This record gives sequence, structure tokens and C-alpha cells, in this order.
Amino acid sequence: MSVLGVTNLSKTYRGVRAVDDVSFSVRRGEIVGLLGPNVAGKTTTINMILGVLEPSAGSILIDGIDVGKRRSEAMGRTNFAAVYAQLPGNLTVAQNLRIFGFLYSVSRVETRVRELLEEFDLVRFAEMKCGVLSSGEQTRVGLAKAMLNRPPLLLLDEPTASLDPSSARTVRERITEYARSDTGGVLWTSHNMHEVEAVCDRVLFLSHGNILLEGDPKTLAGEHGKSNLEELFITIAREPLSLEL
Amino acid sequence: MSLKRMYAIIVRQTYLYRDNPSRFFQMFSWMLIDLVLWGFLSEYLFDIGNTSFSIALALLGAVLLWGFLNRVHQGVMMAFLEDSWSRNFLNIFATPLKLSEYVGGFVVSTIVTSVVVFVVVAFLAFLFFGFSIFILGVSLVPFLLILFLFGVSLGILAAAIVLRLGPSAEWFTWPIAAVLGPVVGVFYPVSTLPSWMQAIAYLLPPTYVFEGMRSVLIGGTFGFQDVVVGMSLVVVYALGAYGVFAWVYRTVIRNGQIARYTAESL
Repeated sequence: MSVLGVTNLSKTYRGVRAVDDVSFSVRRGEIVGLLGPNVAGKTTTINMILGVLEPSAGSILIDGIDVGKRRSEAMGRTNFAAVYAQLPGNLTVAQNLRIFGFLYSVSRVETRVRELLEEFDLVRFAEMKCGVLSSGEQTRVGLAKAMLNRPPLLLLDEPTASLDPSSARTVRERITEYARSDTGGVLWTSHNMHEVEAVCDRVLFLSHGNILLEGDPKTLAGEHGKSNLEELFITIAREPLSLEL
Repeated sequence: MSLKRMYAIIVRQTYLYRDNPSRFFQMFSWMLIDLVLWGFLSEYLFDIGNTSFSIALALLGAVLLWGFLNRVHQGVMMAFLEDSWSRNFLNIFATPLKLSEYVGGFVVSTIVTSVVVFVVVAFLAFLFFGFSIFILGVSLVPFLLILFLFGVSLGILAAAIVLRLGPSAEWFTWPIAAVLGPVVGVFYPVSTLPSWMQAIAYLLPPTYVFEGMRSVLIGGTFGFQDVVVGMSLVVVYALGAYGVFAWVYRTVIRNGQIARYTAESL
């Protein structure tokens, strides 16, 4: 069953189409990579899924609930982490997690916060204000927040961008475990093609607001005459018309 | 409406006031400064004998009620500005939180802070200047209610301005109440104003509170009809302010402003 169904989604800003008639889905237990160069429309798509940007056309279903019609219920079935959406620096890690726990109506908030502090190796930072943490530590707090409500749909916008290789691997393992446990599906954006190849079951290449390619990250590059995913990415970014589609 | 989500907003305010002494100090500071300034001025006016005891009382009563209105306005506005200062809009608005719960959380947390400040400052007015706010009798209840709802309306309107125009528009919002001060007759009767200002004054709910307060302190009469008019007007203001905020929210969701909320949108 799909935890995310996006149908004919478009967004136009002052006459410019940032996202143009995009359709895709994410199934429970699946990790889907949303890839593309800057200004391809990835973040615009994610913002529409998160209900903070109204689509010009199309529909979004999260776990079967229409975001446009039942926003609050739909948002209760998703959560997200992004490098550009850090939690308030004037509250401690535990305070932030507790507040978002209430906002997501998590039952037994204190227990869940303790579990996540341990899971993301944040116990020693629990009473520290988020603003004094390193960017890597803040990223882990953001990921812990994203897991609070065990969302059927998890949205991750470059979740490992500011992590050291060891922490990045741990985070990848946690998220893979999460998806494989059939708790939810994951929509993942990243510019690290090695990471995408290792983690994602399926990738969507977005360029100028359109989905240009879709497929298995392990075979997609070869199918289009490229040696690896990074080369395919660069081709899409620089000369998308030269692709063998 | 989810009480749990509203509670989240209240808990956040509690943490911020509890853990930051500067915020706690800020809560009391302006009202205390005004009390000291106007308290001594009242004593001076009383001493030189050119005025009656009631007028000196009216000044102190006005200071307390005006301070209460300002405190409510700033309480609601600051609760919202926390999300602007910490660039938290994306996190907040991507949760299941509804607009009514968000605003409801601001209002409930402001009830607590403004009542605490009012009680403390009123006690100090009694202690140092011998002025008891209870001299206003039962009229105090509708007066405070009108001022509370008007302060909430101003706070919500200020939040709408910042949400629509960006963080730099914050500077427009701090003096909103101060701008209205001369019009609503805080320290002098509205009849002192030119007729065009009087016309504006009678459209503003606090006018009925300050006119009513002088009526009780100087004339010993309580204008029930004025309170009804003030209360009716303030309900319209509160609903109108919420309507404006909801409209601004829909606008910024449509044009993508929340998603790309930056330091200088204005």
C-alpha cells in the first residue's frame, strides 16, 4: 500500500512552473530517492507534501489522507528532517522533543523521548540547549524529532549532509531499519550518489520540475549508458537532452 | 481542537520564561517603570493641592490598566515572535497543529503571565502609593476583560503583520498599543480631544474602559451601557484579528512565504 501518492502535482510561482505535473508514489517499507540538481523542484515538492505550500494543481495523499482536505490528520502521519529546519536553539534537546511530541500527539511522550535520546546517542545532550550543539548533533536531534510519531511517511531532505562518515553510516542504518520494519516509507533527497545507491530502493530524477527518470539506483546508470549514478546525475544537471531516454 | 497540541504551545512558553531570567524581567519592567513614574507624579499633584485626590487616583488606575493591556499585547505577540526569531515556522506549520490551537496556546499562556504581572504590580501600587485597584469594585472585571481581549486582538494583528511582511516588520508591531494611547483617553477624558479624534476614540474598546474608570473614581458611577458597547466592540475586534491572521496564513501558504521565510522579506 502507498504511504504517499502524488498525482499531477504542479506549482507555479509568478508564471514560472517550479513543479510541472509530477506523479509518483512511495510504498510502505520502501526508500525512494528524490534526486536532481539545485532548483530542480525537490524542496518545492517536499514543501507541498508537508502542507506548507499550496499546490497550483494536483493532489497529495499521505497514508490515504488528502493533504488539501484534511491537512491536520495527514500531517499526523508524516514527519520530516531537513538541514535548513533546525529546532529552536533556545530550548534544550529534551524540551524540543517533548514539545514536538505533544504537537504530534505522541502517547507516553516522556518514554518516547527517552527511547529516541538513546537511539540517536543524544542522552548526554538532553539538557543542553540545541543552539550550542554542533551541526552534526543538531542533525541527529532533527532526526530524533522526525521519528517521534513513528510516521508512516518519513521525509528526509539531505539528512546526512552535515554528519561525519561514521555518524552518517549509523543514521543510514537506522533509517533503513525503520523502512525495513514496515513501519513506514521514506522519501529521501541527497546529493551523495554513493549514499543513494546504498540506501534507496528506487530513485526519481527531477529536472526543471519534471520527473526525467525513474528506476533502480543500482541499474539505472547502466541503462542510460553511464558508468555510475553520479555520472548520470551530472549529465541530467548539465545536458538533460543528451540522455538516452 | 486538540488540547494536547495547544498544551505544547503553552509548555514552550513556560520553558522560555522559566529558563530565561531576562524574559521574566522583561515581563515586569515597563509596567514597574510606569508605576514608579506616575506614582510619584500622582503624589506630587496631590501634595501641591492643585488637584483632587480622585484625579491622582485616576492616574494610577490608568497606569495599571494601560500596563495590563500592553502586557497582553506583548505576551501574545512575543509568543508568536519566538517562532520568527528561531526560524521555526517550517517545523511548526508542518505538524498537525491547527491555526486555532496555535493562537489558543498564545492566548492561554498570556492569561497566566498577564494576570501574574497585574497582581504583582497592583500589590506594589498599594504597598508604595496606597492605591488599591479594588476601589474600582465589580467594574474591574469587565474592564480587565475588555482590555484583555483588545490586547489579544492587537497581538494577533501584530503576528499577522510579521507573518505577511517578514521579520523586519517586527518594528511596526511593538508600538501598536502606544500609538493608540493618546486616542483612547488613558490619562485624560476623551472630551479633551478634537471631534475627529473623539470619533476614532469611540470606535476603540479601551476608550470605554478608561472613561468608565474615571466615572467610577471621580463620579462614583458605573456606566453599564458603556461596558456593553466596549464589550461588543472588542468581540468584533478579536474575531476580526483572527480572521486577518487566518487570511494571511492562507496567503503565505499559497505564495510559499512560510517555506522560504527569511530574515528580510520586507
